[in-house]
Amino acid sequence: MTSPGAAPAADPVVTGIGAIAPNGVGTDAYWQSALSGKSGIDAVTRFDASSYPVRLAGEATGFVAEEHLPSRLIKQTDRMTHMAFTAAEWALHEAGLDPESLPEYRASVITANSSGGFEFGQRELDNLWRKGPRHVGAYQSIAWFYAATTGQLSIRHGMRGPCGVLATEQAGGLDALGRARRLLREDRIDAALTGGTDASLCPWGFVPQLAGARLSRCDDPRRAYRPFSPDAEGHVPGEGGAILVMERPEAARARGAVPYGRISGYAATFDPPPGSPRPPGLRRAAERALAEARLAPEQVDAVFADAAGDPVRDREEAEALRGLFGPRGVPVTAPKTLTGRIYAGGAPLDTAAALLAVRHGVLPPTAGVPADRPDDGLDLVLDAPRETPVRAALVLARGEGGFNAALVVRAPEEPR
Amino acid sequence: MTAPAAAAVTGLGVVAPGGVGVPAFWDLLTSGRTATRTITAFDPAPFRSRVAAECDFDPSAAGLSPADAARLDRAAQFAVAAAREALADAGIAPGADPERTAVSIGSAVGCTTSLEREYVRVSGGGRHWEVDHAYAVPHLYDFHVPSTFAREVAWTAGAEGPAAVVSTGCTSGLDAVAHGLALIREGEADVVVAGATDAPISPITAACFDAIRATTPSDGDPARASRPFDRTRDGFVLAEGAAVLVLESTAHAARRGARVLAHVSGAANRCNAFHMTGLRPDGREMSAAIDDALAQARTAPEDIDYVNAHGSGTKQNDRHETAAVKRSLGHHAHAVPVSSIKSMVGHSLGAIGSIELAACVLAMRDDVVPPTANLTEPDPECDLDYVPLTARDQRVDTVLSVGSGFGGFQTAVVLTRPERRPS
Repeated sequence: MTSPGAAPAADPVVTGIGAIAPNGVGTDAYWQSALSGKSGIDAVTRFDASSYPVRLAGEATGFVAEEHLPSRLIKQTDRMTHMAFTAAEWALHEAGLDPESLPEYRASVITANSSGGFEFGQRELDNLWRKGPRHVGAYQSIAWFYAATTGQLSIRHGMRGPCGVLATEQAGGLDALGRARRLLREDRIDAALTGGTDASLCPWGFVPQLAGARLSRCDDPRRAYRPFSPDAEGHVPGEGGAILVMERPEAARARGAVPYGRISGYAATFDPPPGSPRPPGLRRAAERALAEARLAPEQVDAVFADAAGDPVRDREEAEALRGLFGPRGVPVTAPKTLTGRIYAGGAPLDTAAALLAVRHGVLPPTAGVPADRPDDGLDLVLDAPRETPVRAALVLARGEGGFNAALVVRAPEEPR
Repeated sequence: MTAPAAAAVTGLGVVAPGGVGVPAFWDLLTSGRTATRTITAFDPAPFRSRVAAECDFDPSAAGLSPADAARLDRAAQFAVAAAREALADAGIAPGADPERTAVSIGSAVGCTTSLEREYVRVSGGGRHWEVDHAYAVPHLYDFHVPSTFAREVAWTAGAEGPAAVVSTGCTSGLDAVAHGLALIREGEADVVVAGATDAPISPITAACFDAIRATTPSDGDPARASRPFDRTRDGFVLAEGAAVLVLESTAHAARRGARVLAHVSGAANRCNAFHMTGLRPDGREMSAAIDDALAQARTAPEDIDYVNAHGSGTKQNDRHETAAVKRSLGHHAHAVPVSSIKSMVGHSLGAIGSIELAACVLAMRDDVVPPTANLTEPDPECDLDYVPLTARDQRVDTVLSVGSGFGGFQTAVVLTRPERRPS
């Protein structure tokens, strides 16, 4: 624990990113697609969606588990965990970190999960109800539940420190990163694998999302998910996510790892219940995250928006950003318009994009949104990448039901 | 270095097998009765394990409207009922200070019972892989995401601070309270409505534990099915339930003159990185969690008056945790009473950790240690004082509660009596 009066501990840094997205498998592929505007949203191929009112999804078709993992692990786990295994390995490789080289109990796994391993779960429900209880496989008990990915990553990489799993629908990814940040700042651990991956693109994962009425029924992949548009009609579900290596800056320096950036602030809030006259909690989350980062709004160079694609929630987010930064006070972007919303994997992927923007000095664009939309005070980065120095970025995420989270990413070394 | 802050426990709410509400729960435990029975939630005949500890829960008696009862999964109903009881017990009016009130709810398996029921409906009893959305209930998405529990509790409490579901399998109930303690220590909230819920008694859960032979195949008297630390133990008894603890910063509790039942003084978890369901026999990671929690609480092993065991009643768990307790408490391990309330209320997966913490708080309140029921044939490999069959009156100032779960998670929480806390 930090003792009172002591200088605040240094911000943890991100030294490795493993990204898996519908428009690119691997961090470089994802980033190139995000900049060039290549979309991963297309017709569903993994099952016959013709009878459903929504037929588009962001499938990570480029991710083939067999190319990355031993069959033993593939069999024991759901696709969400296949993605996490692979992303974690890439992130550790990039960071040059072997967690087993760290002191005992100083490496943690903290992930977010939104709905569990639904595809695995559907197969076993199918076995149970079509064939009977004795046909449910031994791995059901460990594959579908929300903690599966954290447990499996911990085992695979020998990470035995404080571990965690947070479920706050689409805000969860930031909650996981925020928790890892706290453990690192309190010097309780040296490194964490953190983030999230989600994959619920099977019929039984799709139908609850249809029932939730947040999905776009538009059949045009280029227009289906168009947040901040006057006629926005929902989002497209995606799969994928990102796993990051977050660690203490001293440790990164000692190893010669080159950080993407620092994780400098985090906060979470919850909205008042429906019908309450009280304001939504998103702005308060952003303000508190900035306060923790000791940043004024004018020091923020970019916002990676939640971009719900729902007119009410888009308006709420625009209001929060206008209130905090002033009209057109900061560039706002939503690269998830090229991937769909990825539930617990979405915010970690946005954080990866923010870190890449910091490194490369360019903001990926928001796709599918018409330029002639009514002025809502947002300076949206539309259609083409915008080159601009990014020293600090704010990542926002909201989860169905009222969850809000905000995370601040900063360049590795702030100019003095 | 100063000790990390403790959180005051100022209210309790419990929905447990054998009775809804704290008084019924505590009466069951202190009398040593068991609430395990042949499953009534579905026909258990085709299953290997056919017993469970079920709650006799009446949503309307618990104050839920018919609309809420219809739209909420059983575990969400439990959570709301337990949260209401806990807030009333703490004397906190819902919405009193929204921005400074947080929510941390544990659950291992979310709305699994409702999901299975709805799956059967939309798949025509498993006949269609491309399930028919026309049969989906409008609130199906609420079952799809476990975060619904945190939402419902936040609405119940009028909370607008950080809210989350903590889902670390069978340690969720301890880890959710640990998360609440962290929010208080970090100054994120003055009040945290912390607890856990699970209602997993459904065919898919029964089948998946059957498949790995984790649950008891016991065919005898269902009341004797859960036998932690007994030589004849043969697996855990699936259960359901919820518990909520109102946690407050000690300053906030003092400011409003709240009755403080206990302090949560330390909480830690570790992963064994060994196996998703297997345990290293030496108990080293659970022991490391215990050591960390004791250090945070500035408590020596000899100060522990009671160990609330995970005591699930599987062969390997009970040995594993016996080893862990010995490793951390040394010679004191043989002097301290250790008991498992799972002998009476079964193993409600993610919920049980919070239910056990509620029992620990009550043990401190009344200076009584709940027993391990059904422990009639001691296992030579489990050689501690497990408080067989009958509760024990004794001073309880400091309690250690431990949990262990799939994924390799090991958690320890230390509770202390407020006036005994070293400054």
